[in-house]
Order: sequence, then C-alpha cells, then structure tokens
Amino acid sequence: MTESTLRVENLRTHFFTRQGVVKAVEDVSFSVEPGKILGLVGESGSGKSMTGFSIMGLIDPPGRVVAGRILLGGEDLRGFSPEAMRGIRGNRIAMIFQDPMMSLNPVLRIDTQMTEAIRAHADVSRGAALERARDALARVGIPSPEERLYAYPHRFSGGMRQRVAIAIALLNQPDLIIADEPTTALDVTIQGQILFEMQKLARESGTALIWITHDLSVIAGLADDIAVMYAGRIVEQGSVDEVLDAPLHPYTHGLIASVPSRGRRGEPLRQIPGMTPSLLDLAPGCAFRERCTRADSACAKDPALSSPVAGRQVRCFHPLIA
Amino acid sequence: MAAFIIRRLLQSVLVLAFMSLAVFVGVYAIGNPVDILINPQADQAEIARTIAALGLDKPLWEQYLVFLKQALSGDLGKSFAYNIPAIQLILERMPATLELALAATGLAVFLGIPLGLWAGLAPDSWAGKLIMTGSILGFSLPTFWVGLMLIMLFAVELGWLPSSGRGPTAVVLGIPLSFLSWEGIRHLILPAINLALFKLSLVIRLTRAGTREALLQDYVKFARAKGLSNARVVGVHVLKNIMIPIVTVIGLEFGSVIAFAIVTESIFAWPGMGKLIIDSINVLDRPVIVAYLLVIVGLFILINLAVDIVYSLLDPRVRLGAAAE
Amino acid sequence: MQREPTPLQRIAADFGQSKLALAGLVGLTLILLAALFAPLISPQNPYDLAQLDVLDSRLPPGSKAGNGLTFWLGSDGQGRDILSGIFYGLRISLVVGVASTLCAVLIGLTLGLAAAYFGGRTDGFIMRVVDIQLSFPAILIALILLALLGQGIGKTIFALIMVQWAYYARTVRSAALIERGKEYIEAAKGLALSPARIVFRHLLPNCLPPLIVIATVQVAAAIALEATLSFLGIGVPITEPSLGLLIKNGFDYMLSGKYWISFFPGVALLATIVSINLVADQLRDVLNPRLQK
Repeated sequence: MTESTLRVENLRTHFFTRQGVVKAVEDVSFSVEPGKILGLVGESGSGKSMTGFSIMGLIDPPGRVVAGRILLGGEDLRGFSPEAMRGIRGNRIAMIFQDPMMSLNPVLRIDTQMTEAIRAHADVSRGAALERARDALARVGIPSPEERLYAYPHRFSGGMRQRVAIAIALLNQPDLIIADEPTTALDVTIQGQILFEMQKLARESGTALIWITHDLSVIAGLADDIAVMYAGRIVEQGSVDEVLDAPLHPYTHGLIASVPSRGRRGEPLRQIPGMTPSLLDLAPGCAFRERCTRADSACAKDPALSSPVAGRQVRCFHPLIA
Repeated sequence: MAAFIIRRLLQSVLVLAFMSLAVFVGVYAIGNPVDILINPQADQAEIARTIAALGLDKPLWEQYLVFLKQALSGDLGKSFAYNIPAIQLILERMPATLELALAATGLAVFLGIPLGLWAGLAPDSWAGKLIMTGSILGFSLPTFWVGLMLIMLFAVELGWLPSSGRGPTAVVLGIPLSFLSWEGIRHLILPAINLALFKLSLVIRLTRAGTREALLQDYVKFARAKGLSNARVVGVHVLKNIMIPIVTVIGLEFGSVIAFAIVTESIFAWPGMGKLIIDSINVLDRPVIVAYLLVIVGLFILINLAVDIVYSLLDPRVRLGAAAE
Repeated sequence: MQREPTPLQRIAADFGQSKLALAGLVGLTLILLAALFAPLISPQNPYDLAQLDVLDSRLPPGSKAGNGLTFWLGSDGQGRDILSGIFYGLRISLVVGVASTLCAVLIGLTLGLAAAYFGGRTDGFIMRVVDIQLSFPAILIALILLALLGQGIGKTIFALIMVQWAYYARTVRSAALIERGKEYIEAAKGLALSPARIVFRHLLPNCLPPLIVIATVQVAAAIALEATLSFLGIGVPITEPSLGLLIKNGFDYMLSGKYWISFFPGVALLATIVSINLVADQLRDVLNPRLQK
C-alpha cells in the first residue's frame, strides 16, 4: 500500500487564554492520499483553519499542539525541530490563505516574494529562480508573466492575486497543499475557474490537496473525500459522493439541507436552529446536542468515532442510518 | 511622479509666500517697525535715513514689496548687538546647529530602530520591558533637565567630558565641522545625546508599535508559511512595512530637533542658531529674531517637501498612484 | 447570569491590569494633593520676604536655618526652603499645564467638530491652518509668541493654548469624520434631526476616547514645555516661579557642586510628568479597540 501523503492521528490543539482553555482542535484524525483532494468543511469556529495551521506548525502562543501525530510521508512532524519545520513549510507542504490582498506583502514586488520562496529552500541563483517564478505564473494562467513579475500586488485584481498565491504554493513542488478558504473572497465566476484549475493541477502533479471551506457546494464539485468538523471535532468522514448522498450525522444532514436549491423554490429556507457553541470551556458530551432533533440523555457523554457503514466514520450516538 | 513633485513644490512656494506675509504683518502692521528694525541707539539722522531706506513712510503694500525684495536678496536688517547683517549672523551659526542636529538624529535612528525591533519581537522579555520603560523615561524627561543631569554626572562628578562649548573645527568645503577631531567629538557627545534622547524614545516606541502590528498581519503568516527564515521575515517583510511611517516621522521630527537644539545649545553653550535666538530675545535684538523666523520657516518648508518626496519613493502605492488600479 | 459590567467598570478593570499604571495614578494623586494643600504642608512660605534670611542661603539638604527650621532639601541662593518652593512651584506648573490643555481641548473640539460636520470650504480652511501650524514644532511657536508678547503667566498659558489646539482639532475631525461617514448619520439627517443633536449625541461620543488619551499625554507635554520655556527665561515671571524657573535658578550653582537647588525641583517635575505618562499609556492601550484581542 502506498504511504499516505499526510496522516493525522488524534490531533489536539488548545489555546490557553486568560479566560480559560479553548479546545480549538479535539481528537482529529484523517489521511490524504497523493493526488487526492480532501474537503475539510465546517462553520467559522469549527477548528478547520486551526487544523491547517497545526499541520504547518504555525500555531502561536497562547496556543499549542498538545497531543497527536502528524505524519508526513511517515515522519512525525511534531518531533521536528523549528529549523526542520521551516524547511518543510513552503517546500513539502504549502499553504494558500483566504485573502490574497492581505497575504501578499504590499510593499514588495511579486518577483521578490516568489524568488524568496524558492531560495529559502534551495541554493538557486536569482536568474534561475526568476525563470521558475515566470513559469509558475504562466502555469496558473497569468498573462504576460514577464512583465507581471516586476509589478506590486496592488496592481493585480483579487482573482489574479490568488493565482499568484497558488503559483507560489506550487513553486517547490510540494507533496501537500493546504488551501484555507482560498476562493471565499472572490467572485463566483473566478471561483469556478480557480477550482477547476486546482483540481487539474492536483491530478496532474500528484500533489495532495486539503481544501478548507464552509461552502458545501464547492466541495461537491471538487473533492474526493470529505471531513465535516463541528466545535473542533470531526463529526463525519467518508467519500464525497457517499456523504453528500446519504449523510450519517444530523449536522451534516442539516448543512446539506440548508443549501438553497432550485428544487425547493417557494419553500422557506431551512436552517439549523441555535448557534455554534463557544469553544471556551466546552461542556462534556456531544457538542451538537443543543441543536439536534435526535438528541437524548445518551448524548450527555462524549461520542467516539464509529464506523456503522464501511468506509465511513461518524461521531454520533444516533446516526441517520437508513 | 513628476506631477506630484511639481505640485508639492508649488504648494511649498505658496506656504512660503503666506508665511512671509504673516511675518510682515506681524512686524510691520501689528508691531512697530521703527522699534523692531531700527537700532534704538541710532541718532535722529540715522533713523530718518533707515526709515526712508525701508520705505516705512510709504503705503503698507509698497512696504511689503520692499520687504519681499530685501528678503529675497538676503537683506533682513542688521543685528543691534553685533552690527553685522542679521542673515550673515544666522548663516554663520547654522553649521554648528546642523552638525548637532544630524548627530542627534543619527543616534536616534541607528540605536532606536534595532531597539524598537527587539522590543516589538519580544515584548514580554525583560529586555523588551526594560527598553519600553527606558523609552517612557526618555520621552517624559524634559530635555533641559536631562542636559543638567548629564553635565552634573559626566562633567562635574566624573570629569570625563567637557560641560560646554564646541570643540575645535576643521573646515570642509567651506563649512566648519567639529566631529573630525577627537577633541571635537568629546564636545559633541553630551549635547548630541541630550538632543537625541527624545527622538530616540519616539523611534523606539514607533518601531515597537509598528512591529507588533505588522506581526499580526496575514503577510507575515504567509511569509512564514513559505518557510522563510525569521531573519528574513523580520528584516525584509516587517522592516520594509514599518520603515515608511518611521521615515516620515523622523523626517518631520528633524525640524523639531533643530527647534529643540535651542534648549540644548543654551545649556551646553553650543554656538549655534538656537543659542543665538535666545540671546537675541534676551537683549531684544529684533532684526535677528525676524531673520531667524524667516530662515526657520523656509527651512521647515524645505524639510516637509523633502519628506513628502522620500515618502512617495518608499511607498509604491503612492508612487505609482492609486489611479493605476 | 452575571450582570454585564458597565463600560466604565470594564475600563477601570483593564486599567488596573498594569501595576505601573496604578503606581502612576497613585503618584499623580499625591502630587495633586501636595499642590492643592501647599500652604498647609510647606514648612515655610518662600514668598514671604520677612521669613527669609540670606545667611541661610545655599545650605545643603538636612541643614537647619537660623530660626530652627529644617531645610529637608536644602536652601537656594536667597535662603528659601527648597521643599516649600517645590510645593508652591507645583501649583504654578500644574495650573499652567492643565488650564492651557483644557482651553486648547475646547477650542480644538469645537473647530474639529465644525470642520467634520460642515465639510467643504469650512473644513478646507480650518485644516489648512491646522496643517501649517502642525508642521512647526511647538517650542518654536511658543518661543516666537512669547518673544513678541513678553513674560507672564497669562501669556504663557496663551502661548501653550496656541501651540496645542491644532492637534486636538485634527484628532477630533478624524474621529468625527469616521463616524459621519457611517450610514446611521445619513439616516439621522434624513430624519431631519437638528445639527446640534447629531453633533452632540452621535459625533461627539466617538471622538472622546482618542481625545481623552491625547489630552492626558498633552498635559504632561504642556507642563514640560512650560518648564522648558521658564528655564530659558521666557516663560513665567520670577515672582511666580514654576518648577522650571526654580531649576533655572539653580543652574549656575551646579558647577560649584551645589546640586540640590536644581536637582530636587527637577525630580518633582519628573515625577509629575512620568506619573501622567504612565497613566496615559495604559489609558491608550485600554481604550484602543484594535489591540483588544
């Protein structure tokens, strides 16, 4: 069996604030295979972005990864020294952020921001680095890359900037790309283009992709596998087709149902009642039970991940088994 | 870019003209120009002649023209106390002041930026806290009191450094400079430190605040996600972003350094423009005061213009114009 | 459920997080009390010529005067008790600093709000004047004004007001403009609320936090500036000496080793300024929404 590109086991990331402990990521496990796309879905505050940062080693105090294993090609990243982690970032794992306007440094030229990413990991001459940067820009569909290289970020439109960020992510041919809501800040039409291109790139280069989003419709067209997060935990996991066709967890079901669709015109929009709980000093038991129509006294205990159907996992005492 | 410079130049000229008008009004219209510009010890014939030369018997707007003409040709009256043209007196003293001001600014920048960066990167360490407390003190302590303390400690108690005066000067390109000899530097040290202290604290606080804010920005996280070393993230990404407001402030504050030199020069008997103006105020040498006003105003307008241009060079968003979007 | 703390309680609680700031507050209170009760707590009235004896002059700290009075901090060139001089001098320094700041705040507030609310030519004109004035350092403007006007407490206060108002006007205008740009002001205007109501109920409260912080710092700066001007001999007259003038009096004696005449008034000045700055620093952090995590 080929080694998974990334295997996360029982990851826990906690923030130790003055007001208490925020368990941003609790007991999260998943794996991603080469060339495959995993969609990590959840609302704001579900811990999905924090999971991404935990893998990258970018959790700053007062936060800390307190438990778990993060296996990149079999090696546990948690055992890596800070210098070794630096060598991984932007090299074997790359990250794309949500807002390209904020993630590109406004006072540095594009070529500077691209060549430094190359030369931080390899002893490459400036000319060679520029060539690679130029090729990367061309690959993500930026016209006249030779001129664009010497421009500043504010000369690009939002969609273009995100393509630049993607190009930067691809520069060192990473094994894994973590994309944190990369299309949320963009127009829908641009979003579609970028989704298509990311999918193509992943397939062609064998790069594994973790796509973090709150938008189910994006995942539906893009990902192979899906993991649904709620209050820092994974509540459901499986292949995209199976989970979206027949969700097992009430929360997943609620998410799917709340997406407006043409088939239900004229009906009131469906919502999941209630609000996401604060992660500060979260009470024990299933985090979703306040909002769940199927909850009962059994749900006062923490549910563990179970596998009622082959190839799928769910964290619930009362999954929606047909 | 050229349009920007030309526009700023025109603005500067306008402000200069406006300020000259203000000075003129203050001296000729509100004050009594006879008292202000004519030596009280002159005899009747002298007074009558000067009145005619200055056109004080003519209508006000004609007087303004005479005033402008004289100002532009460098004639701003004669000092009562020294009996030489006021403008010459000021220009003689200017190199001393500029030398002091530049030394102080240099100290503030080359010490302040590294210290501020350190305090911004490690705000909770003992070093960071020490730097911040030091900067609060440097910022709060009145310049003149620090000068007194410096003299008390280093000149009176320890006897290491001289307490007043400028050291021997060497003439370079027609300008007398004192930092080229060790004795000259010895005289320069205390006044420069005194003058630098306020600016130093300001630079430290600005750099620290800018660093703390920059570190929270997405582009820093993105730079770290690319695997850049800490040195590069701070030294290139953070530094370039915070340099812009800092340079602006340093530039604008250079004018205030020259102004505060008045105090330092008085305490250390440093023979610059500042000491001259205080002495002149105390002996009511009014032509010097008027001349000093105009020179200082001109200097400030020049500094502001220079700062604007440098700022536009540093910030690409300003340089290329927002219209390029 | 616990009652939500009021904004004031929250600010006070946040303020109390810093021990330095609390120390500053305590120091400031002591100084204010000392100035207020100066006649009651001074061992000697330094301005009552009948009490002075020139034989008591230039005595080091701890010495006794001819009439048995202890000069805790020494005596100056005329035989005046330094400690008493400090208490009385504190009054002048504080009065000048606070009065000039308050007046400048009022003027700046009015002009800043007017500029923000009326916009257009009013705004342009006021801001042009503000910009020109702010491009010159305070000490220079004060120097020129006092050179033209002469010495005196009232003239010094006037000069300090002239130096400060522009800064407040600009701050208030910026804050008011941000608020004015918000949509609910348009709505209020649409409801034909009177301009006064819009300004006072809506624009004004938004300008207050930055104004409070800046004004507090500026009181310290005004006190320092007055001290500097008096030290140079162009501020308060010798009949009503502030701390700055006391320091000047002692300058000449320093080189002969009689440091106390300048040193102790200097420490008092320092303590005042540092206390105010400590309080102001913490206020700034507490009232700054951006640093709230």
